[in-house]
Amino acid sequence: MDDFDEFDGDGPEVVKRFMYVNRRAPYGTVYALECLETILIAAAFEQDVSVVFMDDGVYQLKKDQDTAAIGMKNFSPTYRALEGYEVEKLYVEKESLEERGLTAEDLVVPVKVLNSAELQEIMAAQDVVLSS
Amino acid sequence: MSYMYNGTEIAADEEGYITEISLWNKDLAELIAQDENIDMSDDHWEVVNFLRNYYEEYQIAPAVRVLTKAIKKSLGPEKGNSKYLYELFPYGPAKQACKIAGLPKPTGCI
Repeated sequence: MDDFDEFDGDGPEVVKRFMYVNRRAPYGTVYALECLETILIAAAFEQDVSVVFMDDGVYQLKKDQDTAAIGMKNFSPTYRALEGYEVEKLYVEKESLEERGLTAEDLVVPVKVLNSAELQEIMAAQDVVLSS
Repeated sequence: MSYMYNGTEIAADEEGYITEISLWNKDLAELIAQDENIDMSDDHWEVVNFLRNYYEEYQIAPAVRVLTKAIKKSLGPEKGNSKYLYELFPYGPAKQACKIAGLPKPTGCI
Protein backbone atom coordinates (compact mmCIF):
# COMPACT_ATOMS: atom_id res chain seq x y z
CA MET A 1 0.00 0.00 0.00
CA ASP A 2 2.97 2.34 0.53
CA ASP A 3 3.19 3.04 -3.18
CA PHE A 4 -0.17 4.71 -3.16
CA ASP A 5 0.37 7.09 -0.28
CA GLU A 6 1.92 9.65 -2.54
CA PHE A 7 -1.52 10.52 -3.88
CA ASP A 8 -3.80 9.75 -0.97
CA GLY A 9 -1.88 11.00 1.94
CA ASP A 10 0.33 13.46 3.58
CA GLY A 11 0.60 16.37 1.20
CA PRO A 12 3.64 18.32 0.11
CA GLU A 13 6.61 19.23 2.29
CA VAL A 14 6.62 22.91 1.46
CA VAL A 15 3.54 24.99 0.78
CA LYS A 16 3.99 28.53 -0.49
CA ARG A 17 1.40 31.17 -1.20
CA PHE A 18 1.42 31.68 -4.96
CA MET A 19 -0.60 34.45 -6.56
CA TYR A 20 -1.09 34.59 -10.32
CA VAL A 21 -2.14 37.96 -11.73
CA ASN A 22 -3.83 37.87 -15.13
CA ARG A 23 -3.88 41.22 -16.90
CA ARG A 24 -4.32 40.38 -20.58
CA ALA A 25 -7.17 39.37 -22.88
CA PRO A 26 -7.50 35.58 -23.33
CA TYR A 27 -6.58 35.38 -27.01
CA GLY A 28 -4.09 37.10 -29.29
CA THR A 29 -1.20 36.12 -27.05
CA VAL A 30 -0.47 32.89 -25.25
CA TYR A 31 -0.12 34.47 -21.79
CA ALA A 32 -3.58 33.61 -20.44
CA LEU A 33 -3.47 29.95 -21.46
CA GLU A 34 0.12 29.51 -20.26
CA CYS A 35 -0.74 31.10 -16.94
CA LEU A 36 -3.73 28.80 -16.53
CA GLU A 37 -1.52 25.77 -17.13
CA THR A 38 1.00 27.05 -14.60
CA ILE A 39 -1.82 27.43 -12.07
CA LEU A 40 -2.93 23.83 -12.65
CA ILE A 41 0.62 22.59 -12.13
CA ALA A 42 1.07 24.58 -8.90
CA ALA A 43 -2.28 23.22 -7.72
CA ALA A 44 -1.28 19.65 -8.62
CA PHE A 45 1.68 20.17 -6.29
CA GLU A 46 -0.80 21.24 -3.63
CA GLN A 47 0.44 24.77 -3.25
CA ASP A 48 -1.67 27.59 -1.80
CA VAL A 49 -2.81 29.22 -5.03
CA SER A 50 -4.81 32.37 -5.59
CA VAL A 51 -5.62 34.00 -8.90
CA VAL A 52 -6.32 37.62 -9.76
CA PHE A 53 -8.02 38.89 -12.90
CA MET A 54 -7.60 42.59 -13.63
CA ASP A 55 -7.38 45.00 -16.60
CA ASP A 56 -8.21 43.07 -19.81
CA GLY A 57 -7.57 39.86 -17.83
CA VAL A 58 -11.19 39.98 -16.67
CA TYR A 59 -12.20 39.00 -20.22
CA GLN A 60 -10.60 35.57 -19.61
CA LEU A 61 -13.59 34.71 -17.43
CA LYS A 62 -16.28 36.15 -19.69
CA LYS A 63 -19.16 33.76 -20.36
CA ASP A 64 -20.15 32.67 -23.90
CA GLN A 65 -16.77 32.95 -25.57
CA ASP A 66 -16.84 31.93 -29.21
CA THR A 67 -13.40 31.37 -30.72
CA ALA A 68 -14.46 29.71 -33.97
CA ALA A 69 -13.50 32.69 -36.12
CA ILE A 70 -9.93 32.89 -34.78
CA GLY A 71 -9.29 29.15 -34.97
CA MET A 72 -8.27 28.81 -31.35
CA LYS A 73 -9.57 26.52 -28.65
CA ASN A 74 -11.99 28.16 -26.23
CA PHE A 75 -10.28 27.31 -22.96
CA SER A 76 -12.67 29.24 -20.70
CA PRO A 77 -14.37 25.98 -19.53
CA THR A 78 -11.06 25.05 -17.90
CA TYR A 79 -11.47 27.83 -15.30
CA ARG A 80 -14.44 25.82 -14.03
CA ALA A 81 -12.06 22.90 -13.34
CA LEU A 82 -10.08 25.00 -10.84
CA GLU A 83 -12.48 24.11 -8.05
CA GLY A 84 -11.63 20.41 -8.50
CA TYR A 85 -7.95 21.39 -8.18
CA GLU A 86 -8.86 23.15 -4.93
CA VAL A 87 -8.06 26.55 -6.39
CA GLU A 88 -10.91 28.51 -4.87
CA LYS A 89 -9.40 31.93 -4.25
CA LEU A 90 -10.36 33.75 -7.42
CA TYR A 91 -10.28 37.54 -7.21
CA VAL A 92 -11.47 40.07 -9.76
CA GLU A 93 -10.60 43.73 -9.52
CA LYS A 94 -13.76 45.78 -9.16
CA GLU A 95 -12.51 48.78 -11.14
CA SER A 96 -11.46 46.64 -14.13
CA LEU A 97 -14.82 44.90 -14.18
CA GLU A 98 -16.79 48.15 -14.02
CA GLU A 99 -14.69 49.92 -16.67
CA ARG A 100 -15.65 47.15 -19.06
CA GLY A 101 -19.34 47.18 -18.22
CA LEU A 102 -19.22 43.72 -16.64
CA THR A 103 -20.49 42.25 -13.39
CA ALA A 104 -19.70 39.03 -11.54
CA GLU A 105 -22.76 37.49 -13.24
CA ASP A 106 -21.02 37.75 -16.61
CA LEU A 107 -18.26 35.37 -15.50
CA VAL A 108 -17.93 31.57 -15.90
CA VAL A 109 -16.95 30.94 -12.26
CA PRO A 110 -17.86 32.41 -8.87
CA VAL A 111 -15.30 35.06 -7.89
CA LYS A 112 -14.66 37.52 -5.13
CA VAL A 113 -14.81 41.09 -6.41
CA LEU A 114 -12.35 43.35 -4.58
CA ASN A 115 -11.26 46.92 -5.07
CA SER A 116 -7.69 47.83 -5.82
CA ALA A 117 -6.79 48.60 -2.19
CA GLU A 118 -8.19 45.29 -0.93
CA LEU A 119 -6.27 43.41 -3.61
CA GLN A 120 -3.09 45.19 -2.64
CA GLU A 121 -3.46 43.90 0.89
CA ILE A 122 -3.90 40.27 -0.22
CA MET A 123 -1.02 40.64 -2.65
CA ALA A 124 1.28 41.82 0.11
CA ALA A 125 0.59 38.62 2.06
CA GLN A 126 1.86 36.29 -0.72
CA ASP A 127 5.19 34.48 -0.90
CA VAL A 128 5.27 34.65 -4.71
CA VAL A 129 3.38 36.94 -7.10
CA LEU A 130 3.53 36.20 -10.81
CA SER A 131 2.04 38.58 -13.34
CA SER A 132 1.15 37.78 -16.94
CA MET B 1 5.10 7.36 -33.33
CA SER B 2 1.73 6.42 -34.80
CA TYR B 3 -1.01 3.77 -34.75
CA MET B 4 -2.21 1.86 -37.81
CA TYR B 5 -5.97 1.66 -37.76
CA ASN B 6 -8.14 0.39 -40.64
CA GLY B 7 -5.28 1.04 -43.03
CA THR B 8 -4.99 4.64 -41.82
CA GLU B 9 -2.06 6.02 -39.93
CA ILE B 10 -3.08 7.90 -36.76
CA ALA B 11 -0.32 10.25 -35.61
CA ALA B 12 0.78 10.22 -31.99
CA ASP B 13 3.53 11.94 -30.00
CA GLU B 14 6.67 10.16 -28.82
CA GLU B 15 4.85 8.81 -25.76
CA GLY B 16 1.89 7.47 -27.72
CA TYR B 17 -0.73 10.16 -27.10
CA ILE B 18 -2.69 10.70 -30.32
CA THR B 19 -2.29 14.24 -31.60
CA GLU B 20 -5.75 14.73 -33.14
CA ILE B 21 -8.44 14.05 -30.57
CA SER B 22 -11.24 13.99 -33.15
CA LEU B 23 -9.76 10.84 -34.73
CA TRP B 24 -10.44 8.81 -31.59
CA ASN B 25 -12.92 5.96 -31.56
CA LYS B 26 -13.50 2.85 -29.44
CA ASP B 27 -11.58 0.49 -31.75
CA LEU B 28 -8.59 2.81 -31.71
CA ALA B 29 -8.83 2.88 -27.91
CA GLU B 30 -8.62 -0.94 -27.85
CA LEU B 31 -5.56 -0.73 -30.07
CA ILE B 32 -3.82 1.81 -27.84
CA ALA B 33 -4.74 -0.31 -24.80
CA GLN B 34 -3.14 -3.38 -26.42
CA ASP B 35 0.03 -1.37 -26.81
CA GLU B 36 -0.14 -0.61 -23.07
CA ASN B 37 -0.72 -4.31 -22.28
CA ILE B 38 -4.18 -3.57 -20.99
CA ASP B 39 -7.13 -5.82 -21.71
CA MET B 40 -10.10 -3.44 -21.69
CA SER B 41 -12.84 -4.56 -19.26
CA ASP B 42 -16.05 -2.70 -18.38
CA ASP B 43 -14.20 -1.24 -15.39
CA HIS B 44 -11.49 0.13 -17.69
CA TRP B 45 -14.11 1.59 -19.99
CA GLU B 46 -15.88 3.24 -17.10
CA VAL B 47 -12.71 5.22 -16.25
CA VAL B 48 -11.94 5.99 -19.90
CA ASN B 49 -15.47 7.25 -20.48
CA PHE B 50 -15.30 9.26 -17.28
CA LEU B 51 -12.14 10.95 -18.56
CA ARG B 52 -13.70 11.71 -21.93
CA ASN B 53 -16.67 13.35 -20.20
CA TYR B 54 -14.31 15.31 -17.96
CA TYR B 55 -12.40 16.55 -21.01
CA GLU B 56 -15.61 17.44 -22.81
CA GLU B 57 -16.69 19.55 -19.85
CA TYR B 58 -13.41 21.19 -18.83
CA GLN B 59 -11.17 20.93 -21.93
CA ILE B 60 -8.28 19.43 -19.98
CA ALA B 61 -7.09 16.03 -18.86
CA PRO B 62 -7.09 16.07 -15.04
CA ALA B 63 -4.10 15.41 -12.79
CA VAL B 64 -4.32 12.04 -11.06
CA ARG B 65 -5.30 13.47 -7.68
CA VAL B 66 -8.10 15.47 -9.26
CA LEU B 67 -9.28 12.48 -11.29
CA THR B 68 -9.36 10.28 -8.21
CA LYS B 69 -11.38 12.84 -6.29
CA ALA B 70 -13.83 13.38 -9.16
CA ILE B 71 -14.38 9.62 -9.56
CA LYS B 72 -14.92 9.30 -5.83
CA LYS B 73 -17.56 11.99 -6.00
CA SER B 74 -19.49 10.48 -8.90
CA LEU B 75 -18.82 6.70 -8.71
CA GLY B 76 -18.18 6.28 -4.99
CA PRO B 77 -15.15 5.67 -2.73
CA GLU B 78 -14.68 2.00 -3.75
CA LYS B 79 -13.69 3.27 -7.23
CA GLY B 80 -12.40 6.73 -6.36
CA ASN B 81 -9.16 5.58 -4.76
CA SER B 82 -5.60 5.13 -5.99
CA LYS B 83 -5.43 1.40 -5.32
CA TYR B 84 -8.43 0.59 -7.51
CA LEU B 85 -7.28 2.91 -10.31
CA TYR B 86 -3.69 1.65 -10.27
CA GLU B 87 -4.91 -1.94 -10.44
CA LEU B 88 -6.73 -1.06 -13.65
CA PHE B 89 -3.93 1.14 -15.03
CA PRO B 90 -0.63 0.04 -13.45
CA TYR B 91 1.47 2.80 -15.05
CA GLY B 92 -0.79 5.53 -13.71
CA PRO B 93 -4.52 6.08 -14.21
CA ALA B 94 -4.15 9.59 -15.55
CA LYS B 95 -1.31 8.71 -17.89
CA GLN B 96 -2.49 5.39 -19.28
CA ALA B 97 -6.23 6.00 -19.19
CA CYS B 98 -5.83 9.41 -20.83
CA LYS B 99 -3.75 7.88 -23.60
CA ILE B 100 -6.40 5.24 -24.23
CA ALA B 101 -9.12 7.92 -24.08
CA GLY B 102 -7.33 9.85 -26.83
CA LEU B 103 -6.69 12.84 -24.57
CA PRO B 104 -3.49 14.84 -24.19
CA LYS B 105 -1.12 14.08 -21.33
CA PRO B 106 -2.62 15.47 -18.12
CA THR B 107 -1.71 19.00 -17.15
CA GLY B 108 0.29 18.95 -13.96
CA CYS B 109 1.04 15.28 -14.41
CA ILE B 110 3.64 14.29 -11.85
